[in-house]
Amino acid sequence: MSIWLRTWQLGIKSMMLHPLRSMLTVLGIFMGVASVVWLLAIGEGISLKAQEQIASLGADNVIVRSRKPPNEALPSQSGPVMYGLTRDDFDRIVSTIPTIERALPIRELRRQFRYKTRLVDGRLVGCTPAYADVTRLEVDRGHFISDADVRDEKNHCVLAAETAQRLFPFEEPLGKAIQVDDAFYVVVGIMKPRGASAGIGGSFAAQDFSSDVYIPISTLWRRIGDLVVTTRAGSFEGEIVEISQITLRVNHVDNVVPTSDVLRDTLERYHELPDFAVTVPLELLKQAETTRLMFIVFLGMIAAISLAVGGIGIMNIMLATVTERTREIGIRRALGAKRRDITRQFLAETIALSVLGGVFGILGGLTCRPITVWARSLLSSAFPEVMRDLPDVIREVTPVIVPWSIPLAFGISVAVGVIFGLYPARRAARMDPIEALRHE
Amino acid sequence: MRLAAEIDDLRKDYVLASETVHALRGVSFDVPEGDYISIMGPSGSGKSTLLNLLGCLDRPSAGRFMLGGDDVAQMTDDELSTTRASRIGFVFQSYNLIPQLTVVENIEVPLYYQGRITPADRQRCIDLAAMVGLGDRLRHRPTQLSGGQQQRVAIARSLVNDPRFILADEPTGNLDSVTTEEILDLLGRLNEEGRTIILVTHEDEVARHTKRSIMLRDGLIQTDKRHS
Repeated sequence: MSIWLRTWQLGIKSMMLHPLRSMLTVLGIFMGVASVVWLLAIGEGISLKAQEQIASLGADNVIVRSRKPPNEALPSQSGPVMYGLTRDDFDRIVSTIPTIERALPIRELRRQFRYKTRLVDGRLVGCTPAYADVTRLEVDRGHFISDADVRDEKNHCVLAAETAQRLFPFEEPLGKAIQVDDAFYVVVGIMKPRGASAGIGGSFAAQDFSSDVYIPISTLWRRIGDLVVTTRAGSFEGEIVEISQITLRVNHVDNVVPTSDVLRDTLERYHELPDFAVTVPLELLKQAETTRLMFIVFLGMIAAISLAVGGIGIMNIMLATVTERTREIGIRRALGAKRRDITRQFLAETIALSVLGGVFGILGGLTCRPITVWARSLLSSAFPEVMRDLPDVIREVTPVIVPWSIPLAFGISVAVGVIFGLYPARRAARMDPIEALRHE
Repeated sequence: MRLAAEIDDLRKDYVLASETVHALRGVSFDVPEGDYISIMGPSGSGKSTLLNLLGCLDRPSAGRFMLGGDDVAQMTDDELSTTRASRIGFVFQSYNLIPQLTVVENIEVPLYYQGRITPADRQRCIDLAAMVGLGDRLRHRPTQLSGGQQQRVAIARSLVNDPRFILADEPTGNLDSVTTEEILDLLGRLNEEGRTIILVTHEDEVARHTKRSIMLRDGLIQTDKRHS
């Protein structure tokens, strides 16, 4: 123990013989170790972002959305255009695909909501009780749409927090009736506020739940129907859509991809027009995972290269030091140092250098987050187009320092010291004491 | 009389360019405790080879070198190191102090390779520095000292492990005549205190200070005479 202590003291003393030389050597290790911490922090940032997306989309979900086909594909007839998923599709899917655990039909419409003299524009969502679960909305007061509401086509509605706030600034909304078109719906529940989240329907664009009103889908079909008429440039344009979206939950993650294939086949048989889109969040997540792995491999290579360069730098300096101090080695051998004492002395010196680099490298690694944020703002102001084309995960990633990356980085710096210090140290130890003493 | 070392028919051969050089061809002599021996001889006489063997820096090709009951010829490299650390005190022509260490630290070096250094050891190093007249320069580095002072540090260092003998290789070779006298006085005083000293030199002037002179020639002892 005390031998090692003295060896370290000696190593640090010898390091101080050439402060500039030592500092330059340390710099090489600093870069390697810092890039290890960086790479893990960025990898972790990407991974967390991906997990967040899993949370908001559900890895076991498959989403089918109605999509308006391009105009040229539509039959050139007058009258309302009919497209998208139908109730028949829904029944077919539920009854023929056994891996589906739950199917949630959703119909979304833009509507005006009225309470007395107040008017609020928002999204009217026809759905079933599963909707709250799938979108991870939580009830604040009252209850969400119930099975009974759906079965009995009740005129019940549930308000999003912001809708409730705007329609009922001074009153308790529960039990009051709001008007949509010409029908009235009794408020049975208020949801908790929820920020915009990753959306559904093929993109990760944010979906906003703040101005929603939820009613049973059966009620929507009965009261409002499928026809949507919009006024455009003086003419009316009608669309008939039965279901805007079906969110399916598959019984096991492994079945997600096969189920989506079967689903596509089933639907294509009944749809001549490309009027639906199947989205598999799992595939998107796999993309994100691939991006993350690419990043780790790429940064890992940089880290490995800079560690190797740093190590070679250390080795180079130590070989020079050993030659320079041949005489000292001879003296120490003559005065009783064993070969392993000499090995230990020079190894300790190398490790002292590399550990110093490691400590600075860890400190440098901790600056990862502020520097990334700064670099990103710099890049996006310098090359806005390039930045826009990058995947979200890269554009928005926030590095998160992985706690174990710090002991790891420290371990790596010790390992570099040992690996690259062993050869010079052994070379020093192998010197013939008689020759070494004669060395000028 | 007890012996500090016993040299019996010591031989050393080197192979140089596929030709065997017989550097020592059978050297025998005893080193009684308290003796003060000078080894002399022209270059090529085997003087350096004998010095390396006596200093346990090298092993003989044949013969015995008994040091306190152990035969150096049979030792492993580690055992040779341990022997150097504990039984031999070295004094070199070019002092051979370690430049980045202070006077006291230089004196400590042989102890460092024998295990831990206690406060008592450190005190002994300070006492030794005082004994050679450098009590006021404990924290100086070798470059801040004169040649004579450096050699005195080296002598203090050679004493720190309480060796069986001190092996001095041309200790005054780099010094002027005044300093040479000082160093020889110091060695003489140590011998009077009972230290065994083997001194390698080529100067008769220096050899005259010793009690006994061994003259080497062509790897053999030519004369081994005791001064009156």
